[in-house]
Amino acid sequence: MKIEVKDIDFYYGSFHALKNISMGIEQNKVVAFIGPSGCGKSTFLRLFNRMNDLIPDTRLTGQILIDGKDVYAPKVEVDVLRKEIGMVFQRPNPFPMSIFENVAYGLRVNGVKDKVFIAQRVEETLRGAALWDEVKDKLKASAYALSGGQQQRLCIARAMAVSPSVLLMDEPASALDPISTAKVEELIRELRKELTIIIVTHNMQQAARVSDKTAFFYMGEMVEYDDTKVIFTHPRKTETQNYITGRFG
Amino acid sequence: MKSVEYPSRYAVRKRYAQRVAFWLFRFFSLFIAFILFAILGFIIYKGAGVLSWDFLTKAPSDGMTSGGIFPAIVGTLCLMAGSAVVAFPIGIMSGIYMSEFASKGWVVKFIRLMTNNLSGVPSIVFGLFGMALFVKYLNFGDSILAGSLTLGMLSLPLVIRTTEEALKDIPDSMREGSLALGASKLQTIWRVILPMGMPRIITGLILSLGRVSGETAPILFTCAAYFFPQLPTSIFDQCMALPYHLYVLSTSGTDMAAQQPIAYGTALVLIVIILIINLLSGALRRYFENRLK
Ligand SMILES: Nc1ncnc2c1ncn2[C@@H]1O[C@H](COP(=O)(O)OP(=O)(O)OP(=O)(O)O)[C@@H](O)[C@H]1O
Ligand SMILES: [Mg+2]
Repeated sequence: MKIEVKDIDFYYGSFHALKNISMGIEQNKVVAFIGPSGCGKSTFLRLFNRMNDLIPDTRLTGQILIDGKDVYAPKVEVDVLRKEIGMVFQRPNPFPMSIFENVAYGLRVNGVKDKVFIAQRVEETLRGAALWDEVKDKLKASAYALSGGQQQRLCIARAMAVSPSVLLMDEPASALDPISTAKVEELIRELRKELTIIIVTHNMQQAARVSDKTAFFYMGEMVEYDDTKVIFTHPRKTETQNYITGRFG
Repeated sequence: MKSVEYPSRYAVRKRYAQRVAFWLFRFFSLFIAFILFAILGFIIYKGAGVLSWDFLTKAPSDGMTSGGIFPAIVGTLCLMAGSAVVAFPIGIMSGIYMSEFASKGWVVKFIRLMTNNLSGVPSIVFGLFGMALFVKYLNFGDSILAGSLTLGMLSLPLVIRTTEEALKDIPDSMREGSLALGASKLQTIWRVILPMGMPRIITGLILSLGRVSGETAPILFTCAAYFFPQLPTSIFDQCMALPYHLYVLSTSGTDMAAQQPIAYGTALVLIVIILIINLLSGALRRYFENRLK
């Protein structure tokens, strides 16, 4: 198992946001988190790279192991962990820098100085994110000059540049048009050859298209977790059934 | 359902009221321009006559009834620079701390309370305190150093507040994006947050410089010299300063008829310096904004 989650409970103040969640995720698989708004998908996702550490007055019990190592062990250095566990956010959030510097950022803040290596890496990851041909002539231009879809692919490239082994994606295509969405999905299918991906999505078809396994959450609980095919054809729980059919109409 | 009966011509009345309100608002807004032009016009009318190259580059002479104001210009510039050296690093660091490091606990509440109170302290009180602490207790004497420290304290609240507010307005998605790549908090602040806040921070810094250049009370007992025609050579020297020079000429002059025009000329130079600073702030702001695009 690449990732093991054991008996997770998570609280915002006194609000019990995640209830007794356990799951395992295999290497090089894509896992989709689905469920109605407010059920805790983002909260859960942000536990893997300890993004919730930033929110005051929260409490966690249970364990998350990545490669057998406890993410929340006291000796873990959070910035080293976050280099290993990349994240792509719902809204594209490029930095106010050039396209090149955006992708190079993760390398620079982790101490890489070698200019030649950085330039190679930037090209490589931009190619990987299917963005190279569109930006190769304007690497020095501001990232804000790109379209929303291009910005999101830039953010994916930026996350990939530090070569994480897990990529967390929180509704990465929800702010994008259908063509950009298709490109991002294509990208996810490519990337899973290199790493393990967890993707939160509201779009059932998207979950069905890109993921190997799907977890359905409801009110802070993980109701069902199974192969994507099973979830979308023969879900065991009625809640899952209702949610999926409701969405499919 | 019965249809609603609307009062007749109500739409016309609404539009009419709106137009009247619009002009009222506009009139009162333009009032501010009127005040500025009135002051400027008055000062130019009274002071432009004495302006000359010599006025800007010579020291006062003949018991301050002729000559120029060069030492006062230099003194004011020194005090601006000195107060910047004092207030900018401390103020920016405090502002960063308030926005980025401190959680909502009592430390921040306490600092904010102190900042607000400090900005309410009258400048003459700063002058008194500066005299007691820097001039007497620390034995700096009447000096550019003591004056700069006093003016620096005076401008701290403004610098802290503008820095804090500039950084607070930057969306958290920027911080999260940076941290998610393995950057430390300090790296995030240095490489992403500060550059993004720069245009507004700069504006705050320059405003504080403008304020410092015009203050008289804080330097009254800490630095300003009544008459010191040679230029200061170290930070332990006294210096002349434009606002104080203006004050001296208009209150304890020996020859009103000769000194009054010089006073207006001094005021004009002071105002022009402040206007130049404000223009500069706009330019700097645009420069930093463009770097972000
Ligand atoms: N910072 C926070 N402080 C307090 N409560 C929070 C915080 N963030 C989220 N919550 C609460 O935790 C619950 C789960 O939120 P979360 O954002 O994880 O939902 P989600 O499944 O991602 O929803 P969506 O699909 O709308 O993004 C919600 O009830 C929400 O109100
Ligand atoms: Mg969410």
